[in-house]
Amino acid sequence: MEEKIIAAIIVSAIAFFSIYAFTPILIKFLEKRNLTVKDVNKKDNVMIPRPGGISIVIGLIASEIALYAFFPISEILAILIVSILGFSVGIVDDRKVMGGWFKPVALAFCAAPILLLGAYDSNLDFPLFGSVSIPSLYLALVVFMIPITGNTINSIDVLNGVASGFTTIASFALAISLFILQNYEIAIACLALAFTSLAFYKYHKFPSRIFPGDSGALVLGATYGVIAIVGHVEVIAAIAILPAIVNSFLFLSSVKKIVEHREIKNPTTHTDDFKLKSTDDKTTPITLVRLIIAKKPLSEKQICNEIFKLTTLSGVLAIITAFMMGVEL
Amino acid sequence: MAAQIYGFIFAMWVLMLIGGGLMIYFVAPISFPSNIDPIITSGTKVFLALLLIFIWVYTLTKVKNWIFSSQIKS
Repeated sequence: MEEKIIAAIIVSAIAFFSIYAFTPILIKFLEKRNLTVKDVNKKDNVMIPRPGGISIVIGLIASEIALYAFFPISEILAILIVSILGFSVGIVDDRKVMGGWFKPVALAFCAAPILLLGAYDSNLDFPLFGSVSIPSLYLALVVFMIPITGNTINSIDVLNGVASGFTTIASFALAISLFILQNYEIAIACLALAFTSLAFYKYHKFPSRIFPGDSGALVLGATYGVIAIVGHVEVIAAIAILPAIVNSFLFLSSVKKIVEHREIKNPTTHTDDFKLKSTDDKTTPITLVRLIIAKKPLSEKQICNEIFKLTTLSGVLAIITAFMMGVEL
Repeated sequence: MAAQIYGFIFAMWVLMLIGGGLMIYFVAPISFPSNIDPIITSGTKVFLALLLIFIWVYTLTKVKNWIFSSQIKS
């Protein structure tokens, strides 16, 4: 147990401080090379460096290698490789705008290391009711999980600090759930993800100094997805990110097809004091942000706080679910 | 923010728990006589699972439309 506590402290510290120290250097590097994009929710022509995913993946790789040194198991190796692959898909999309199907298909291939390393268990655990063995169907679940979590986190990355703040809350909830279920090695890997996103949040929060880009959002989402699979906490992981799932669900049920987010009309517009309000255009999709501001316009910071409150609720529900895993009706 | 959105998250959680229970208690134990190809048994289970997901998505779509229209009206 002592070794696990030491590993948790060291891995969390590496994850947090590597990003905390490296991100300012990355910001200067990206600004110098004019790798910036306009922040559309700011009054003035504010340009923000992107992609911050480089910083996120460096922190994740460093912390996961440290964790692998402590516990050389295939599950940690699978997390490490899937994180790198998720980042690779994102950086391609950052450099060149790809079609709507590129990310889901490419992310499905990112699940290959989980299958090749055999880092999964084909039993699907449900709270209160026990587990069900679905050997063939579980392979499909593994392949679908990474695109779902990757795109879900990516689709919620619409305002300053949301993707990193959201992943921080969800990852801490998942880490606590894994500790409750006594899956300590994967819980520490999840802590690394939580501290990585927390350190990045410091620079990404309103007003953002850097954007994660697709590479940042996809590496966070892919890492979250692989942790859910190798930790055998698929249902709990889905509950912890319910607000993002709601966002994807709302979007898909409005648009009724998979499209690149740049291809759709913006469902929000700005008031004179630059608050966000829901557009009157009925052809634009309903998203979580649009649902939040349907009643009255809100500032970007207020909307972020509302999303974080919803994520905290789903995080609490995930932890309650973890406790319910030990109870069988 | 309206409590309906919190209610929506909570409803999704409850539906997930109920869906899991239905899967384990009713769908998973389904078995046909031994002379029937196991692939038919698996196919039936997949069909029922997909039907549950369809009902889940349909219910949530109705709840979403109700929340959005009530938000705009207020």
